[in-house]
Amino acid sequence: MALSAASVFTAPRHPQDFLQLVNPLSSARQLRGVVTSVTPECSGSVTIAFRPGRGWHAHEAGQYARIGVEIDGVRQWRSYSLSAPAGQDPAITVTAVGRVSRHLVESTRVGDVLFLAPPQGDFLLPTGPRPLLMLTAGSGITPVMSMIRTLVPRRPDADVVLIHSARTPQDALFRAELATLAADHDGLHVAHRYTATDGRIDFTSPADLDALCPDWRSRKAYVCGPAELLDDASQMWHDHHVADALSVERFETALLTDAGAGGRVVFEKSDKEAVADGSTTLLEAGEDAGVLMPHGCRMGICRSCLVPLRAGQIKDLRTGETHADEGELIQTCISAPCGTVHLDV
Amino acid sequence: MTALQKKDHNPVAHLTREDIESLGRELDAVRASVVESRGTSDAAYIRRVIKTQRTLELGSRALLLASRWKPAFVVGTIGLTVSKVLENMEIGHNVMHGQWDWMRDPKIHSTTWEWDNASPADLWKHSHNELHHTYTNVLGRDNDLGYGIMRVDEDQKWHPVYLGQPVWNFVNACFFEYGIAAYDLELGKYFAGRKDKAVFKRDATKVVNKIRQQATKDYVVHPALALLTGSARRTLLANYTANLGRNLWTHSVIMCGHFPEGVETFTKTSIDGETRGDWYLRQMLGSANIRGTKAMHIATGNLSYQIEHHLFPDLPSNRYAEIAPQVRDLCERYGLPYVTGSLPRQVASAWGKVIRLSLPNHLAARLKRPTRRTQVEPTALPSRLREPTAA
Repeated sequence: MALSAASVFTAPRHPQDFLQLVNPLSSARQLRGVVTSVTPECSGSVTIAFRPGRGWHAHEAGQYARIGVEIDGVRQWRSYSLSAPAGQDPAITVTAVGRVSRHLVESTRVGDVLFLAPPQGDFLLPTGPRPLLMLTAGSGITPVMSMIRTLVPRRPDADVVLIHSARTPQDALFRAELATLAADHDGLHVAHRYTATDGRIDFTSPADLDALCPDWRSRKAYVCGPAELLDDASQMWHDHHVADALSVERFETALLTDAGAGGRVVFEKSDKEAVADGSTTLLEAGEDAGVLMPHGCRMGICRSCLVPLRAGQIKDLRTGETHADEGELIQTCISAPCGTVHLDV
Repeated sequence: MTALQKKDHNPVAHLTREDIESLGRELDAVRASVVESRGTSDAAYIRRVIKTQRTLELGSRALLLASRWKPAFVVGTIGLTVSKVLENMEIGHNVMHGQWDWMRDPKIHSTTWEWDNASPADLWKHSHNELHHTYTNVLGRDNDLGYGIMRVDEDQKWHPVYLGQPVWNFVNACFFEYGIAAYDLELGKYFAGRKDKAVFKRDATKVVNKIRQQATKDYVVHPALALLTGSARRTLLANYTANLGRNLWTHSVIMCGHFPEGVETFTKTSIDGETRGDWYLRQMLGSANIRGTKAMHIATGNLSYQIEHHLFPDLPSNRYAEIAPQVRDLCERYGLPYVTGSLPRQVASAWGKVIRLSLPNHLAARLKRPTRRTQVEPTALPSRLREPTAA
């Protein structure tokens, strides 16, 4: 309030633009955080803990946050699950896959400033005590780790079974910490599945799962990992009529790579244009053209990227469906143009 | 293709269609090389300029609170003037051109930037980016050509009213930011009944609000704050001086961009069916550079590289210096004029034109006209390079 009033002294700048000369975290208009620790994990992963500035709110176990970094002068955003327990400063655990993750793993130092968006997501622990089953693979363990760290040490009545798949023991994230937690707390049982030697869990019949966790049907289940695992698990829970008991967290979305679409994209408000092929999303095309595109999860879930369609036809790259209604809100992160498209952004 | 045919020379007569298209391709390549290499150091540059400007503004305004003491007044006034120049030119003008949009930083972006100037960003962007940069130096289309109040080309019709244009030009220079606001508002078009009333009313409200906001800051709240230190009168004077200084400076820079002798103009029909190569050619021939130190270049917002800026309006300004030699070399090879000169020379040349063309052509012709229109011999024209050489 006082700051807004002070803008008569600074117009057209906001007083915060000047305060930022002194304290880069002072701006609530662009949430930022300072990296407080960078801890190496197994096989090329790191955990990056940070202290968020004004505008952040405490995360719940299982939530994710958007993290922005500048690579070659260009701001890039990705979503990362928070691996720290609820009630503590946030941390993300990143595996060096993809440009932004690689940059985070290789270049992050203590004291660096990250751009942030407040935590979000509804992959959350149940509100009342229930027996739980966590089914994870690879880096899909990160939100679940936050849940386990939050729940297990604090609740004597916790009953959690974690089945985590990794290629080899060396690739299994948080292996030592999980072993300690399981030894100290009766409420946690950890089973690792090393796919290089044991192969993947077979979901074509319940045999594998029955062996790993006989009472899986009566547990509230969480699954997080590669798309195949999510699809297989969803099918399994569906087939056994316990679909309601399963919560799914997607990390990636399979997009059609050759949708046969493509075309010119006109960003009306920004007065910019781009040409995109059939596998380039409207979001990517806009960003490359220098348009400030709203965006969030970048995989068609959070709907932060919605932009009104002014004219033209677009294709949903997940399903191949087309949309052409004027004024319809388009998810730019999973849509490609079919011919010339006008967007109200 | 141009209005040039009517003049005593035609600087593009020797170019074939093939040459012009080859010129276009070469310039596209120059642009691509910069786009490809944009990165961390460029981002650091604009952030450094912004930080410097804000620190300078804050420091100068703090100093002015002590302006009862004369040295503080002098240093504070100079600091505030430089800060306002930087804010309008190297930062505001260039950010609003979208030169830094590629960084995807919402705080340094053409769609979110507002500047310390009477003209609101969105109006300015329309009249400057869309009209002036598209119709550069096209008679009757580019209103920057004399801003609708002056005659700066022989092909603009003379009227006795133009006799006074040297005086107006000076008055316009002193109040340049308001001149720009009135111009972006298309005041002339409105009074001629050619502008939609509702649109005008909406825009006028924006301009009035913007002027009020800026004037409140400079002429009310900062002097009022300085009452506490007994420096109100001098703070008021310092703000006025800084705005005046900024106005005179920006006016001079803008005049140097398109008014100096040797810069060409074009007719409305000449741009019909213009190719990329033709467009580049018009931008090059319609602009003039200023030679000087690095500090001068930054103070002009790198508009001292007006030719490069008009060829590539959305490339980061800090890169114009590096491509200028390539553009100049290209001009030599294609036998095209590359108009440039020192700041005093270009300012004098532009003023000379404003004064000379206040007279009707037949009188103006009697005045001694500085000739800078020496035909340049092309050194490596593509169409001639292909011709077999005589044994």
